[in-house]
Amino acid sequence: MPDQAPPVAVVQEKDIRIVEFTNNKILDEANIAEIGNTLNALIDEMSSPKLLLDFNTVDHLSSAALGMLINANNRIKQKNGKFRLANIKPQILEVFRITKLDKLFRIFPTRQDAVKSFSE
Amino acid sequence: MAHHKFKIPSDFGAAREVQKRILDDVKTCGYSPQPTFAIQLALEEGLINAVKHGNKFDVAKHVSVHASVDATQTEITIEDEGAGFDPGCVPDPTLEENLEKCSGRGILLIGAYMDFVQWTNGGRCLRMIKRNEDGDK
Repeated sequence: MPDQAPPVAVVQEKDIRIVEFTNNKILDEANIAEIGNTLNALIDEMSSPKLLLDFNTVDHLSSAALGMLINANNRIKQKNGKFRLANIKPQILEVFRITKLDKLFRIFPTRQDAVKSFSE
Repeated sequence: MAHHKFKIPSDFGAAREVQKRILDDVKTCGYSPQPTFAIQLALEEGLINAVKHGNKFDVAKHVSVHASVDATQTEITIEDEGAGFDPGCVPDPTLEENLEKCSGRGILLIGAYMDFVQWTNGGRCLRMIKRNEDGDK
């Protein structure tokens, strides 16, 4: 197996964990599983998780990726945390609209807007 | 016009190679971004369904893919060797009670993004068409 960069990078801003995707595609099942494991580990280490996913780099995703996001959302809800998505390109936002997941997730146009929303 | 016929084992690596070959043709034919995105998404979902839900990764089973790509439209047929399913009986993932379920959105996305979708052979065979034009779909 060739060495590959991790599919996400995590940065911290105060008590918020911000996850950036390093690949423009969230399609491959192994890749999605690795992202899911990273998100689960972040959620598990916080008592009341505040997690923001920045989709700035993402051009493609699959229904399996949506399932991984729903799983993270459910886990965060169980811990009374907050989950935010931001910077989603129009073609990807359309996928969220078709699946009506734009009603389930809190989606913000920019990362700054999403960060601000955690203190609402 | 480019025609492809593939018979691949039930694994994602082989499916990835099929996707690449078909999408290379789509790009060569000069498709605009919207239909290119639609074809990529539907192809991904169709192949995952066939490998994972249809053949259940059974190495003894194969997935057959036919693709015809020209400048006006792309037609793709994906057929697995699994038990089949009734597409009409798949729960609607957009209903409020199903929104938090982690699966069941692939078929919805295929239908939303392609111009024509047909399931035959007891749900084992998916035929789908996307025209090369910018539109609502």
